[in-house]
Amino acid sequence: MAKERRGIEVSLAIAEAVGQADCDVIAAYPITPQTHIVEHLSEMVADGHLDAEFVPVESEHSAMSVCCGAAAVGARTFTSTSSQGLALMAEIFFIASAMRLPVVMALANRSLSAPLSIWNDHTDTMMVRDGGWIHVFVENGQEAYDHVFWAFRVAEDPAVRLPVAINIDGFILTHVIEPIEFEDDELIKRYIPEYKMEKALHPDNPVSMGCFGMPEIYTEAQMAREKALVGSYATCVKAWEEWAVLTGRRYHPVETYRAEDADYCIVTMGSLGETAMVAVDELREQGEKVGVIKIRLWRPFPFEDLYGVVDGKRVLIVLDRAISFGGPGGPVALELRSALYNRPQAPTVVNYVAGLASRDVTVEDFKAIILGGKAKAAAGDTAGFTLYGVRE
Amino acid sequence: MARPMEEIRWQDLEIGATVSEPGCSREYKTGSWRSLRPVVDGEQCIRCGVCWLYCPDAAIDRSEDGHFQADLDYCKGCGICARECPVGCITMEIEES
Repeated sequence: MAKERRGIEVSLAIAEAVGQADCDVIAAYPITPQTHIVEHLSEMVADGHLDAEFVPVESEHSAMSVCCGAAAVGARTFTSTSSQGLALMAEIFFIASAMRLPVVMALANRSLSAPLSIWNDHTDTMMVRDGGWIHVFVENGQEAYDHVFWAFRVAEDPAVRLPVAINIDGFILTHVIEPIEFEDDELIKRYIPEYKMEKALHPDNPVSMGCFGMPEIYTEAQMAREKALVGSYATCVKAWEEWAVLTGRRYHPVETYRAEDADYCIVTMGSLGETAMVAVDELREQGEKVGVIKIRLWRPFPFEDLYGVVDGKRVLIVLDRAISFGGPGGPVALELRSALYNRPQAPTVVNYVAGLASRDVTVEDFKAIILGGKAKAAAGDTAGFTLYGVRE
Repeated sequence: MARPMEEIRWQDLEIGATVSEPGCSREYKTGSWRSLRPVVDGEQCIRCGVCWLYCPDAAIDRSEDGHFQADLDYCKGCGICARECPVGCITMEIEES
């Protein structure tokens, strides 16, 4: 493929990216709203456009198992799922990271049942937050396309060797047609050269993976995992810098919009960041000193980047798209409250949960959330969370 | 696994806790788990090999004369061999130490 700008459904652009990445093995089970990604990949393989093994497995549990097996022999491996599919995959999801297998997943974020919902929020990904994977959130189609390459680049780096989940808001991103800047194949090859895995499964050099671990060794294995994930931060950033040199498109672990001189900020993850920016523009015109903070890298959590942008702010209004039932708020707010707890003059965190199962969060909603959050902070009403828009 | 597990630091583990030394489970002696020890009466043994076949830990060895004996480094004393032996020549005796 040559460099070109093309209007395309984001799911198809993701599949094209996996093809450009010269993926070796794809194992997936179709589930809304991920379906178009793997459907297009199976077409590409069947039509001879992509020299890969496409394994149409009988369940997501098998999809992740196949991915682990393929990654263990050193194949470049991709899968994609959503919601219930991720839940069914969960057992092997944790094993992929523990065994340090660099699987790349496009996670088309969707609500978990029940009630049965095919629509978008972050309840699925939050279920596997502690699964030891690198998690990145994208905001639009271009970012989704770019992060396929970034994910392989990071996952396969010998210093990292971890699976990466690209969180892509279902429907809101997967099913829209956007203009995408496609990069040419040569550039992609330079960015993610052929991958050679150390200690891959091979009959000439037998190794055992996924062995039994007695209590005497389990703790050390978990420490190694933790160090690997925390240590992957440097490669995540380096891979973004390299991408910026090649394409001019820059990404950071935490990104901001009009936040520098802001007194208070709305914090988002994923596609809603773009709506938040419009709301902030309108509030700025009314004289509100407000900005947007967007968390792109969710795991490993970018503490220092966060401190760099929130120090000096008075209030953070965190928009979560999942509930931690029975807990003190949404997962992102929990993270921020915890990260800021011992920080001198830390900003107050006010938490809203909104946009469950694709319920619209419009510019007007954002303005209401931002101004509501500001008022709550002023009134000292900062505990727990508010489920925005719920009828009662 | 040249070192005892208790001495292995997290930094010593291979990536993903991979084990690149084939067959190293031999070094992990499970015989200490045993509270009952299988004792074979060689006179009665018909050398059929049923005990060898049933042992879930492959901890029964065949000697040159065709008799079978538990390898006490690995035998956990489950007693399956004694239960399955068609002539009842294996008895499970309490480990004294």
